[in-house]
Amino acid sequence: MSTGARGATLLETRGLRKAFGAFQAVDGVDLVVRGGEMLGLIGSNGAGKTTLVNVISGLFPVTAGTIVFEGHDVTRQSINQRIRAGIARSFQLVNLFDQLTVLDNVALPIFSRRGKARAMLVPAERDRAVLDEAAELLRRFGLADRATQLAGALAQGERKLLDVAVAYALRPKLLFLDEPTSGVSTREKAPIMDVISQVVRAEGITAVVIEHDMDIVYAYSDRIVAMHQGGILAQGTPDEIRADERVLDNLLGRPVEGA
Amino acid sequence: MTRAAGQGMALALAAAALLFALPLLLPPYQTILLCYGLVFAIAALGFNLLLGYTGLLSFGHSAFFGMGAYAVALMVKYLGTSSMELFIVGGVLSSALVALLFGVVCVRYTRIFFGILTLALSQVLWSLAYKLFWVTGGSDGLRVPTPTLLGGIAGPGANQPAFLAYRYYYYVLLLFLASTALMWLIVRSPFGKALQAIRDNETRAEFVGIQVRRYRLVAFVVSGVFTGLAGTLWVPLNGLTTPDILYWPFSGRIVFFAVLGGFRTFTGPIVGAMVFNYLETYAIANTTYWQLVLGVVLVALVLAMPAGLVGTVGALLRRRPAPTP
Repeated sequence: MSTGARGATLLETRGLRKAFGAFQAVDGVDLVVRGGEMLGLIGSNGAGKTTLVNVISGLFPVTAGTIVFEGHDVTRQSINQRIRAGIARSFQLVNLFDQLTVLDNVALPIFSRRGKARAMLVPAERDRAVLDEAAELLRRFGLADRATQLAGALAQGERKLLDVAVAYALRPKLLFLDEPTSGVSTREKAPIMDVISQVVRAEGITAVVIEHDMDIVYAYSDRIVAMHQGGILAQGTPDEIRADERVLDNLLGRPVEGA
Repeated sequence: MTRAAGQGMALALAAAALLFALPLLLPPYQTILLCYGLVFAIAALGFNLLLGYTGLLSFGHSAFFGMGAYAVALMVKYLGTSSMELFIVGGVLSSALVALLFGVVCVRYTRIFFGILTLALSQVLWSLAYKLFWVTGGSDGLRVPTPTLLGGIAGPGANQPAFLAYRYYYYVLLLFLASTALMWLIVRSPFGKALQAIRDNETRAEFVGIQVRRYRLVAFVVSGVFTGLAGTLWVPLNGLTTPDILYWPFSGRIVFFAVLGGFRTFTGPIVGAMVFNYLETYAIANTTYWQLVLGVVLVALVLAMPAGLVGTVGALLRRRPAPTP
């Protein structure tokens, strides 16, 4: 494995395992994510990509192994502690606050990040600083004219963007995006990824993007990690992955779901 | 948006003005009936912070209402207290304590498990009130004399109905308005938004840094305190507290206030509590089979208006079909 020239190691997992009964969903993964990179995470259905993200983000406890973020062991930390450390994520199946407005969906993580979410006796709309930041964020994600609508009323492509915006509003150091373009038409995929990569790169945020569409992965990733049956099959630049025999045999040789 | 908010404020001020004027127009009995409605409305407001805003259906709110009431009765019996303000302090503190104890257990669960736990815990309190008769008076309950208001500035006159229909009514009205304003602030605060986020999507709320259980616990205690305050204010009206208000059907009645008025709206539970109060009173007055009449009316209302009275009227005003949650 080549050492990181682009940036220092931000996240490292060592021998990470997650078992569901007898099934090893993640089976001894040693993953390194370097500061500032956009890492594509690929693999067929059931390869363990989402489980890996679920374990690293704290949704599931690990079965074995360690997760080190910025030199600190976060393996046993709560979701909340990991968020405060700077790890955020979006969801494959859109996870929004459907009965809140689009603006409130992004304002809440901002309140939370600033330690103001507990305030009980001040109307939320009085906090100009938070609302201005939320409005600016919606503008960057192209959702400004949807601000007062309920999140549940958005079209699928907009929901995917808002899902990413909610995670991004936490201003994380490391952002996991679980299939940010799944469930939208092929035509919509590139515009969504354009918005996401613009925002992420402008802030120097490190991003790990799970994606099935190989054209999207090649176009937007600095580096790609291919997973197969719970382990890492190959990793390298898009060109290296494109030429990798193991990836061709195990991943690209068969039809790719969601493409 | 601002226009709608302005209209809402105008409507709220008109309703408040009407509530201030009514005792001048109504006979004392009607004012006292209205006063019961306001008290139940405070209980429903508290309850709906959990159901409407946090997505938790409590079947144990009789515990907080009853605790607020019994706190008053026990202060009378053991401390000889007569000041309404001290009763309120005692009622609020004791219902907060009970809510904290119950909440620590209950907020670990959601949905039916949460509901059953609140029901079970509330029935522990009921059985205590029922069995510890040397303390609580058992099924006879405890009598509560008319209190003094504002440190004796406005004490009870010789005529108790007149006291309840005027001085006490305005006392309750002011507390009702204060409670409503406070709850309005809470549900629009960042904390209130966080509760709604938890209601909509617990997992995502956790992933934006909201500590879900802690927020639920705070909501549970705030909810219990509002309902406890209602219990405290209810005792002087009733003159007596019995284990009935701790028994589970009373929790069901509080649930019904919210559902009848529309738990998806802020004002729904207030309207529901007041309408239910009139429905029940006139059903009892006019027929022996009042429970049957009440049941049929309520089922019909719920079937015809699943969004509740306020939800349905609001939808009609906006000329859109009623939202189905």
